[in-house]
Amino acid sequence: MDFPAYGDPESPASQHVSPYYIEKAIEDTAVPNLVTAVLADYRGYDTLFETAVIFTAGLACFILLRRFRREPPQFRLYRHLDTGVTLIIEQGGKEPTDSDEFRRIDSQWVPYDLIMQKAVGLVVPFLQLFALYVIAHGHHSPGGGFQGGVIFGATLILIAISNDLRSTTRRISETISSKLASTGVLIYAGTGALCLLLGANFLNYSQLSKLIHVSTVMARSHGILLIEIGVGLAVAAVMIWIYYNLVSAGRHDEGL
Amino acid sequence: MPDLLSLFLAKYNYWVVIFLMMIGLYAMMAKNNLVKKIIGMNIFQTAVILFYVSIATKHDASIPIIGHGHNGHHAIHAADYMNPLPHVLMLTAIVVSVATLGVALALAVKAYQQHDTLEEDEIIEQLKTDYLSQQ
Repeated sequence: MDFPAYGDPESPASQHVSPYYIEKAIEDTAVPNLVTAVLADYRGYDTLFETAVIFTAGLACFILLRRFRREPPQFRLYRHLDTGVTLIIEQGGKEPTDSDEFRRIDSQWVPYDLIMQKAVGLVVPFLQLFALYVIAHGHHSPGGGFQGGVIFGATLILIAISNDLRSTTRRISETISSKLASTGVLIYAGTGALCLLLGANFLNYSQLSKLIHVSTVMARSHGILLIEIGVGLAVAAVMIWIYYNLVSAGRHDEGL
Repeated sequence: MPDLLSLFLAKYNYWVVIFLMMIGLYAMMAKNNLVKKIIGMNIFQTAVILFYVSIATKHDASIPIIGHGHNGHHAIHAADYMNPLPHVLMLTAIVVSVATLGVALALAVKAYQQHDTLEEDEIIEQLKTDYLSQQ
């Protein structure tokens, strides 16, 4: 029963470094959102390796599940979208190429829901805009790379659920998503290495002021924005990468 | 007796956390289905997140975002803002827990492909018969 009471301002957790963060963060980094300042500046190493953990999780799902070599199926099914007629094409037959009219399906009972697809198509652009806002406005309001990245990944998963997995992999293929994920981690680590090249410690953004001609405090604010973009890219790409592999058990067919 | 009750109520956040944590631990240890075990693990993670966030609260404090009115004009007191540090730790922990959930589900999919079941006792039974047949 020696735990501090609920809401006690004198509790040990609020005694050591957190008063410094609260009182000095805005002088040091010009970022009003203390969570962002602590996340990306004071605890930059921690966040760098959290991003690496997420990237590794995406890689682990890929290695565990992805199947490349499979025997080709006996026949392929295509659905004519306007009439709903299903075509069965034997091996060696000519396959329809027009993806606006025909869509490949894996079993005949796959539902085709026009209302769902159009409704999602209306909502998704606004959701993606909101995701970008959450990433870019993380300095002043709740948000940042992790949250915005997850929202962006969720919009693509929403497309995959409402249509099928192929319609999402046509937009963002597995190669692109894995490259985006590694680019995100590289942006983060590269920002740190850039600070190193400019003669400061790893992830000490104040030296970026030599490049962009602002005060050292504003340079830390801009450095935080740079790594938030990196985190957002990595998180969004890893989310859809995990989803691709998990939902189709590594086969990357129509999915759910 | 009223003393004990007020003691209980003053620190009710810990009791909620312990309750949730025990649900998760029970599911991880006692359930037979692998997916239920994974759900138990997620409940356990949620309890840890709740524990950290409840530690961060202060009475009569605001969220850890400095208002624009305070911008350089007034001194900033640590007691007026909640502790941002547990929020930071949990922000990353939530996303990492989603990623580890993906890995756990991938392993469950793999186990299902191998054994055609997600029940732990049936998998162990299959492994035993495989081992005996090899000898």
